[in-house]
Amino acid sequence: MLTQLKDQLVAGSSEEYLQKLFDKIEHSSLNAFTTLAKDSALARAREFDRKPWQGLLAGIPIAIKECISTQGIETTCSSKILKGYVPPYDAHVVERLKAEGAIVMGKTNMDEFAMGTSTETSCFGPTRNPWDLGTVPGGSSGGSAAAVAGGEAPCALGSDTGGSVRCPASFCGIVGLKPTYGLVSRYGLIAYANSLEQIGPLTNTVEDTALLMEIIAGHDWRDTTSAEKGSYIPGLKNGIRGLKIGIPKEYFGEGVDKKVEKAIWDAISTLESLGAAWKEVSLPHTRYALAAYYVIAMSEASSNLARFDGLRYGLRKDEDQDWHTTYSEIRAEGFGPEVKRRILLGTYALSAGYYGRYYLKALKVRTLIKDDFLRAFNDVDIIAGPTMPIPAFRIGERINDPLSLYLADVFTVPINLAGVPAVSLPCGFSGRLPIGLQLIGKHFQEDLLLRAAHAFEEATPFHLKRPEAV
Amino acid sequence: METDVIIGLEIHVQLNKLNSKMFCGCSTNYHNSEPNSHTCPVCLGLPGSLPVLNKKAVEYGIRVGLALDCKIEEQTLFYRKNYYYPDLPKGFQISQYDYPLATGGHLLIKGDDGERQIRITRAHMEEDPGRLIHAGTIDKAKYTMVDYNRCGMPLLEVVTEPDLRSPKEARVFLDKLRSILEYLDVFDGNLEGSMRVDANISLAGGDRAEVKNISSHKGVEKALSYEITRQRNLKRRNIKVVQETRHFDELRNITVSIRSKEQAHDYRYYPEADLVPIRVATWVPAIKASLPELPDAKRDRFREQYGMTDDHAKALTSDIKVANFYELVAARAAPKLAAVWVANVLKGELNYRSLAVDSFKPDHMVEIVNMLDSGRIAEDAAVQIIRTILDKGGSPGQIVSDLGLTRAGDDAVLRAVREAVAESVVAVEDFRGGNERALNYVIGLVMKKTKGRADPAEVHRLVVEEVERT
Repeated sequence: MLTQLKDQLVAGSSEEYLQKLFDKIEHSSLNAFTTLAKDSALARAREFDRKPWQGLLAGIPIAIKECISTQGIETTCSSKILKGYVPPYDAHVVERLKAEGAIVMGKTNMDEFAMGTSTETSCFGPTRNPWDLGTVPGGSSGGSAAAVAGGEAPCALGSDTGGSVRCPASFCGIVGLKPTYGLVSRYGLIAYANSLEQIGPLTNTVEDTALLMEIIAGHDWRDTTSAEKGSYIPGLKNGIRGLKIGIPKEYFGEGVDKKVEKAIWDAISTLESLGAAWKEVSLPHTRYALAAYYVIAMSEASSNLARFDGLRYGLRKDEDQDWHTTYSEIRAEGFGPEVKRRILLGTYALSAGYYGRYYLKALKVRTLIKDDFLRAFNDVDIIAGPTMPIPAFRIGERINDPLSLYLADVFTVPINLAGVPAVSLPCGFSGRLPIGLQLIGKHFQEDLLLRAAHAFEEATPFHLKRPEAV
Repeated sequence: METDVIIGLEIHVQLNKLNSKMFCGCSTNYHNSEPNSHTCPVCLGLPGSLPVLNKKAVEYGIRVGLALDCKIEEQTLFYRKNYYYPDLPKGFQISQYDYPLATGGHLLIKGDDGERQIRITRAHMEEDPGRLIHAGTIDKAKYTMVDYNRCGMPLLEVVTEPDLRSPKEARVFLDKLRSILEYLDVFDGNLEGSMRVDANISLAGGDRAEVKNISSHKGVEKALSYEITRQRNLKRRNIKVVQETRHFDELRNITVSIRSKEQAHDYRYYPEADLVPIRVATWVPAIKASLPELPDAKRDRFREQYGMTDDHAKALTSDIKVANFYELVAARAAPKLAAVWVANVLKGELNYRSLAVDSFKPDHMVEIVNMLDSGRIAEDAAVQIIRTILDKGGSPGQIVSDLGLTRAGDDAVLRAVREAVAESVVAVEDFRGGNERALNYVIGLVMKKTKGRADPAEVHRLVVEEVERT
């Protein structure tokens, strides 16, 4: 779709297209965007119309999640504590997008500091799901997913720490990829849990995701955990004849919605009809994944979020007290309840006397979970299962029950713990609400993963259905 | 020596000979710069920035580790040390904890009762925080300013076992450490704040006090002396010394309590996931091979190669610049004579003027030693030349002719002797009468007539001859 859009924009007008998007956004009730970069984006589009430039995304607007640094555009992680912070530099991925001719149209809403599954904890208010305005779009990259699904942006970037790209992709019926840890530079991504998270695309089609990966993936000297990229477009249409798919028995059964389970089995049949073979595999430590994930993520968050003190940027009080009091007051006012909860729990888990019992133990579980995947991948090429155990839930339904929210991440967090890549793509509906199929690949095998996803997409109609005008 | 005194040191050494900071490309040459002008997103800890390890800093750390006879870890790892303070923009300091760079070394010092090995527990790397500038004293300041120029400077923290037995030994240790660091060319001790010391001190059987952040070797000696007196007084009055952190007030030469044991920080150390572990074992052989000759080895060589006394060898090798200066001179002038004149005279004159050895040209020293050696000038004249060069400039040859410092020729001396004997009738009579000391008057008169340019021993001989002849 993006490739065709590019041709249309060269023939037609990038400015007109962008203006239409902005008009739509301004009359929208999705609340997908936090900041629109109207002036700079329209100026850029006019330049493009005058003299089109080359590039994989030449003239194409893109929406960027609120936690990815954009030079000159406010970047707050949807938190009051960062209100007014305008980064003096672009994240690596934003630099890459600009280098390929893309136009940053604005920033998208998210759970505060990416801590959530529903985009309800934002200081900008909740984002709504374009398929049903009463339900959540998923999270934490809910703004990016809703914008793409709702036709307000042709593509977007999100970030995925424990499912934050795949969950909203699943709930909004679009494609979302969490790359292998290290494939995309995190330079400029405001950290929540830095050993787990990756930036990933949210798009209408698998091909668009592959295209964005060609741009954003690869080594960046400013992120020493980053690695060289592969190649994602060329083999995309080679089909999946002979592909061996593993179905983890732990990803079905109790807690999984019946309609979701049926849609996934239907999807497996479709893959089989395309020439793939499947067998059951076991990921025996799955049941410890949530506990390990939350200990690690919260511990890292307690450290990563320590820098937000109002001294150099962000929220400021009118009158300063001594530094200790001022820090306390700013952090008390600036962070929402979910962020505070995670900082407190994380601080506790890292404290002397508890470190071994919680953090170290969680790291051991993490290794076991990674080993589960490595063992399963001895027999199969990819693993398939549901992205989320349920379709999107109602706004407000779970926000006061953090445990039930955490439990919804059960199939997404193991992937971050193992560092492997996974993509969510639409595979059916439960009533009006989309269902997401999760395909999981070996480390750095995004090419194979996207090829399987593309084959499925070609054989099914789900990605063609869009929500009614909202 | 006071046998019940137990002292251990933690020394923070800025590796200020490096060009760039520990985790970013900012220059280390920030002294005399506008506050906050040597910063970037990384050392300011801006959201989304990531550290990139300066490999050269690790190399420098290994150099120091090897020079202190430490074992270098196979693989070294960075940790986050979490605490809040306004000079720490990330809310944590990147440091080391388990697997520090170097462990288990020792340093030989001249202790209070002979040579002694001081054991080195470890040497680890970390980043320097920024600098706080209080408007007034720390306890009464109305406001405090923060300068982040220093932030991210590469630090090596050297930790000793509690092997030091007196404040003087602590100072000797620090002097020796500084000497080695300068030999290794990793450190310039003349820059402000380049070496900061935390000193732990207790009396046998008592709890220890830690005096933090002392910025000079002399300060360490004073702070420790004060602590011994304080702790002895408490002991005498049967008051228990409590474990606490104290601050050294350089103006009043006293230490004051700042934190009790109960208020001690829990730093919640945990591994820094943004920096991958580095395997340094393979670097060691090459670094070892490139280590320069260190002070003790140079001292032995000087003694043997140049035939100088051990005292001279020590004086000439404690500062690498003096050692290099000496070797330049010794290559072109009598080495033994040069040793005496550089170690005894030049060093003293430089110290008196607080000048470094590079204020004196080796060529000038060669000229002076050669003139002494050939008897062209007397010792008094040589001292005068050195002083004149240091105070007013000029070259030895020029000064000799300007001030007429050439040793008086024999004719002139003989003439003066004859005149003096003729003028000293009474003294000569006394001498002939058996009063040996009467001759001193005649010799004095000769020296006066020759403006001190005659050799007193030679004059004595000539006067006796003249008296016997007449």
